[in-house]
Amino acid sequence: MNKRTPLYQQHVNHEGKIIDFCGWDMPVNYGSQIQEHNSVRESAGIFDVSHMTVIDVSGEDARGYLRYILANDVAKLDKVGQALYSAMLNHDGHVLDDLIVYRIKSGYRLVTNCATRQKDLRWLIQNTDGFRVSIQEKSRLAIIAIHGPESITKCCELLSTENARMIRELKYFQGAEAGNWLIARTGYTGELGLEFIIPDEDAPRLWDQSIELGVTPIGLGARDTLRLEAGMNLYGQEMDESISPLSANMEKTIAYEHPNREFIGKPALIAHSELQKAGKIPVLKGLVLEKRGMLRTGQKVLTDSGEGLITSGGFSPTLKHSIALARIPVSSSSCEVEVRGISTPVRIVEPNFVRFGKRVFE
Amino acid sequence: MSNIPDDLKYASTHEWISVNEDGLVTVGISDHAQEALGDIVFVELPEAGASVNSKEEVAVVESVKAASDIYSPLTGEVVEINESLLDSPETVNASPYELGWFFKIRMENEAELDDLMNSESYSEYCDNE
Repeated sequence: MNKRTPLYQQHVNHEGKIIDFCGWDMPVNYGSQIQEHNSVRESAGIFDVSHMTVIDVSGEDARGYLRYILANDVAKLDKVGQALYSAMLNHDGHVLDDLIVYRIKSGYRLVTNCATRQKDLRWLIQNTDGFRVSIQEKSRLAIIAIHGPESITKCCELLSTENARMIRELKYFQGAEAGNWLIARTGYTGELGLEFIIPDEDAPRLWDQSIELGVTPIGLGARDTLRLEAGMNLYGQEMDESISPLSANMEKTIAYEHPNREFIGKPALIAHSELQKAGKIPVLKGLVLEKRGMLRTGQKVLTDSGEGLITSGGFSPTLKHSIALARIPVSSSSCEVEVRGISTPVRIVEPNFVRFGKRVFE
Repeated sequence: MSNIPDDLKYASTHEWISVNEDGLVTVGISDHAQEALGDIVFVELPEAGASVNSKEEVAVVESVKAASDIYSPLTGEVVEINESLLDSPETVNASPYELGWFFKIRMENEAELDDLMNSESYSEYCDNE
């Protein structure tokens, strides 16, 4: 029996096409993935992402512990509500998971992936030696994301005057706690929007009220094309336990600012950096195919510097052609991909395609 | 449950075939096929005038999920293609049996129609797939 989120009935009511996603019954779309995608770029969409893992870290050493466990530095979170994107590395400097860490009143809250739940919890608990911390999975919290140019306006209509004023003032990667709700300007679409981490029992009401205001329900299919257009990584595709964050466009999330801060994977990363300079480990870039045809996940590509791999590829509904993220040799300047038996040139661009509804690459 | 009209014939590769009064046959993909593919984003069609063999790959649909070959269910000559699909591939999702047809063929060998399924057999075929 698969797990279900507190919004399962809502998905069924909206005629969501339910698929098995890492042991969860989740909606892949509610009819048309492309229409859902466009709703988020043009107005507002609502996502159930309650299958993701929420883990609270508290205790007097919580800060020091997370500064050791995460490649980004939670010392940057100087106010409650602030959020940070980080890799969690193993000792080889490869990516165990990527996550968002929020500073909350009781300590810190991590939101990690769904498929990595057990592995992450094991790793977090395994590495607590010498730290006075408590690690607690919060399985009764739901996560709802509301994203799109009209998302904030719509959310303000749903919330109390006080909370509406609060969310209008939030900047990107800032959040606030309102009772047992955590509301933050984070997300996975490249649009304006909010994520609500709330008790399971509050989720159906927030969902139903949003739909009444004309917010479109969005399935996992459109969630994937939105994040691909935004050039955001998907764990298991752009990175995994054999990939350095330096090969996944995550350099800027590695905090080296405090030379005395030791974190798991740091010595290995310094070695990766040298290897990358010597062209021995690849880099993540964007690929663009501006004519008909499709770049598909798992396809091999050939550059002037050697072979590469499409880690995520597909159709961009906003740009109306195919785009991809690909790991390719560092010094590549041209790239070809086989499109149904015919070798076809594709353009190499920075791995970021669409922000706020507009094309952003050169 | 997908829509399977009972006045059409069906191929195991999910094309539908309508035998018209003028002796031409129209070919498209079934509701079951468009549903399984998801949103269709590109369609490639054969050229009008081309000679095609039954079970030969003659067209391609690319959806958000996958690329899929379309096979000619019959031997004959392509006499007309639905060019509107090149600019509006989503028509195949919205109207698989009407506006979303792919091409018309002048068939050479009517006996080949006997190799195709009727709606009842096709419905069973989809259930067992």
